[in-house]
Amino acid sequence: MASQTDHVEVEHEVHASKADWSGGKEPFQVSYGKLMMWYFLLSDAFTFAGLLIAYGALRFSSPTWPSPDFVFSTHPFGDSHLPLIFVTIMSFLLIVSSVTMVRAVQEGHRENKNGAVFWLLMTVLGGLSFLGCQAWEWTNLIAKEHMTVTTNPFSVHNAAGVYLAADGSEAKKNGKPETFVSGDGYLIHKATVLTDDNDPRGKQVAHQGEHHDDHGGGHHQEVFVYKSQLPLDEPGRYIDEKGYIHRKFKLIEGPNAGKIMQEEFGPKAFGALFFFITGFHGFHVFSGVVFLLIIAINAASGLYEARRNGYEMVEKIGLYWHFVDLVWVFVFLVFYLL
Amino acid sequence: MATMTTTTNLPATQHDEEVLIEQLGYDDHFHEHHHGDKYKSNFITTYIFSQDHKMIAKQFLITGMFWAIMGSLMSLVFRLQLGFPQESLTWLKPFLGKWIVVQNGVGSLSPEFYYALVTIHGTVLVFFVLTAGLSGTFSNLLIPLQVGARDMASPFLNMLSYWFFFLAGVVMFLSLFLSTGPFSGGWTAYPPLSILPQASTGSGAGMTLWAISLVLFVVSVLLGGINYITTVLNLRTKGMTMWRLPLTIWAFFITAIIGLLSFPVLVSAFLLVIFDRTFGTSFFLSEIFIGGQALEHVGGSPVLYQHLFWFLGHPEVYIIILPAMGLVSEVLSVHSRKPIFGYKAMVFSMLAIAFLSFIVWAHHMFMSGVNPFISNFFVIFTLIIAVPSAVKVFNWISTLYRGNIRFNAASLFAIGFVSLFISGGLTGIFLGNSAIDIQLHDTYFVVAHFHIVMGVAAFFGMFAGIYHWFPKMYGRFMNETMGKIHFWGTLIGAYAIFWPMHYTGMAGVPRRYYAFDTFETFRHFTELNQFITVAAIVTFTFQLVFVINFFYSIWNGKKLTVKNPWGASTLEWTTPIHTGHGNWEGKIPAVQRWPYDYGKNGREFIPQYEPLGQGERDGGH
Repeated sequence: MASQTDHVEVEHEVHASKADWSGGKEPFQVSYGKLMMWYFLLSDAFTFAGLLIAYGALRFSSPTWPSPDFVFSTHPFGDSHLPLIFVTIMSFLLIVSSVTMVRAVQEGHRENKNGAVFWLLMTVLGGLSFLGCQAWEWTNLIAKEHMTVTTNPFSVHNAAGVYLAADGSEAKKNGKPETFVSGDGYLIHKATVLTDDNDPRGKQVAHQGEHHDDHGGGHHQEVFVYKSQLPLDEPGRYIDEKGYIHRKFKLIEGPNAGKIMQEEFGPKAFGALFFFITGFHGFHVFSGVVFLLIIAINAASGLYEARRNGYEMVEKIGLYWHFVDLVWVFVFLVFYLL
Repeated sequence: MATMTTTTNLPATQHDEEVLIEQLGYDDHFHEHHHGDKYKSNFITTYIFSQDHKMIAKQFLITGMFWAIMGSLMSLVFRLQLGFPQESLTWLKPFLGKWIVVQNGVGSLSPEFYYALVTIHGTVLVFFVLTAGLSGTFSNLLIPLQVGARDMASPFLNMLSYWFFFLAGVVMFLSLFLSTGPFSGGWTAYPPLSILPQASTGSGAGMTLWAISLVLFVVSVLLGGINYITTVLNLRTKGMTMWRLPLTIWAFFITAIIGLLSFPVLVSAFLLVIFDRTFGTSFFLSEIFIGGQALEHVGGSPVLYQHLFWFLGHPEVYIIILPAMGLVSEVLSVHSRKPIFGYKAMVFSMLAIAFLSFIVWAHHMFMSGVNPFISNFFVIFTLIIAVPSAVKVFNWISTLYRGNIRFNAASLFAIGFVSLFISGGLTGIFLGNSAIDIQLHDTYFVVAHFHIVMGVAAFFGMFAGIYHWFPKMYGRFMNETMGKIHFWGTLIGAYAIFWPMHYTGMAGVPRRYYAFDTFETFRHFTELNQFITVAAIVTFTFQLVFVINFFYSIWNGKKLTVKNPWGASTLEWTTPIHTGHGNWEGKIPAVQRWPYDYGKNGREFIPQYEPLGQGERDGGH
């Protein structure tokens, strides 16, 4: 049956090419409402394009850029670091919600009220799960890894070197020197800044040796410092006024070999662009969820059964929803893959 | 030719027209569904929250006129300061308050407010008057009437489009009364003036309101544009193929597409500006010192803003000029009683202009440190725009050639448009060359160029449209004599203002300067500068003639006695003199031919609803 309808549609299109521009008809066989949605999406695509071009311009004028494999390797299911695993799940959820959206439109075409409502709600569920994941990702970045729109603690080394321990000697990790090579990413951790100079936590560990792992997944040892001590310059690290701990290291290759350096913040634009563009996309998803809910309620109330154009609203929100998914593919590409 | 013998069955009277529309028209069952009144109306839904495209058009027009007067008055104030810095402006103190600084008994405009006035003058004229007031007015009025539709695709969104524009105007108006003054960083809002509140007085609250106003405005443009495009595509009456659309509709259609693709990019730029302002990000800021103090911003790029802005900014000038071109094409053809010359060439040149408008934006940035190689690319495409523009100019002139031209206010303004478009277009060729632009950039030469080619020319298109379609809007004529006075005053006045600026610009006088008295080199331009200011004042008074004529004629103009006073063949003149909501009382006329059958088969004009005679060829193909 499916092939039969396909055949009919193809024939229809061939017919359509000439006659439909003659006026009194819809040339693309699309109602004005759907056409408007298409044009809105076209304009919205240009908004996103403008933002992504700004992203490209800023990224490629920065000397370095954090590696996404390093930045996006946390997930809420334990301490292991799996690059991009969480965002893969997120993207999968969003794409699945496009599939459920297709089903809702299909049920709408069949004038099946319950089916349409069910699949609309499934799509809402998909959208909400995506937003939930995004909320976790943002929370993790902001609260645990201390990335903000103005400070980006993620960066990469541009030469090989070895980290220094708190006393200034070469740091050891699992008995071996803690070395890195050019291109390795790092995250500048943040100490807890104590405003009360009598707080006992500060006395306890302020100058204690600290054990870092590659990433701020939460199982590095916490450092407490008194605000009055900041900035704090130690042989192995520099703690700035805000409490960010810049570890020191010795370069072991290149013209500057032997020089002692400290970790610097990554390009500011990284955090700003990430929060802005994924936020702008998330806002689109959120608006979509709101509209999906409204349309699901309208559909459930039987409003569309009475309408001449039936479940066209479902189709229109469907166009929007697929568009938002498509945009995510590009956002995903530039932030997580490149 | 055999095809010329087909003049039977051609209506001459009102009665015949009705019969023909009834027989051949397109019945959309409008009146059966709606029992004659789809749109139940009371005072509020008729005059305020109207969904009737004709009323929305009038709202756009009158709001646009308000802003045109505001913007022009602002220019007069700063022209007075510029032309006569030694004269006292104390008499303006009741209006401008603390912005008039009195020193030694001489009151002068404060520099901060001078910049604010220049900025708001530019913003208001470009966006509120020549975008909303021009394309908003005539797209709304003419698209449904000329394509044969009851209304826009979505009358509701259309109403929202106006009210977003209105709100944008309210916010902009309020910003004039801030104690720190309105935004003063130029209509292009380049960072850092648009981002750092400490950069200038207007960069604080003034810029915030400016940005809010413009975002509201973009929403209005997008709502309107989506509607215009959809209406043209989906709501054409039976027989109205794309090649039978009047050039006005083609112009509005293409304008709406340009707006739809360029304004969103402006939105992205503004969103990033707002982030930089409120959250301290550095998208457009890098290594800035203010008062010897280094700011925290690093890594951003002010040139990136310029790219994003001019990606809108350049198409924007075509958003302004294309509707005027459409109106002028129609008015010239009707009043010279000749078919438009090169109909398809006109359409293709508009499409070419639209396409090219997207790949020339960096010619505004030759002096921003753009790579000279890249500049070459933009120079070439900028100069190529001269080709479709010249095609259009030659077509207008050929349309006039040997026509039975009626020299009324509408056609005079249309002819004036052609003159201005040539004068202003030629200087565009100078500026489009990056090598010459190095000398002329940011001088009065640029000011003269864009005021003539897109400012005054677009106004002329708008005036031609208003004089021509006023009878359709209000059922009365505007006064012809006053119209002609208005035309000659404006034409001569506009040239008197802007012609001398070419010379000062070539001599290097920079634009946007508050005073020139410290420059010995420019001293010999003092009198010319005074002349420009006087010319501006005189030209403005001629606009008052228009405003008086407009409002007087709404209530007291000569009444229309026939539906089609100009003998035009397009569909808007088949609607009743006082057109109700829904436009046609009976069926919508079906279209049988192109819209420019003037002087054909020995008849003065043949309306679009008249069937082609046997063997008669449809025009335009």
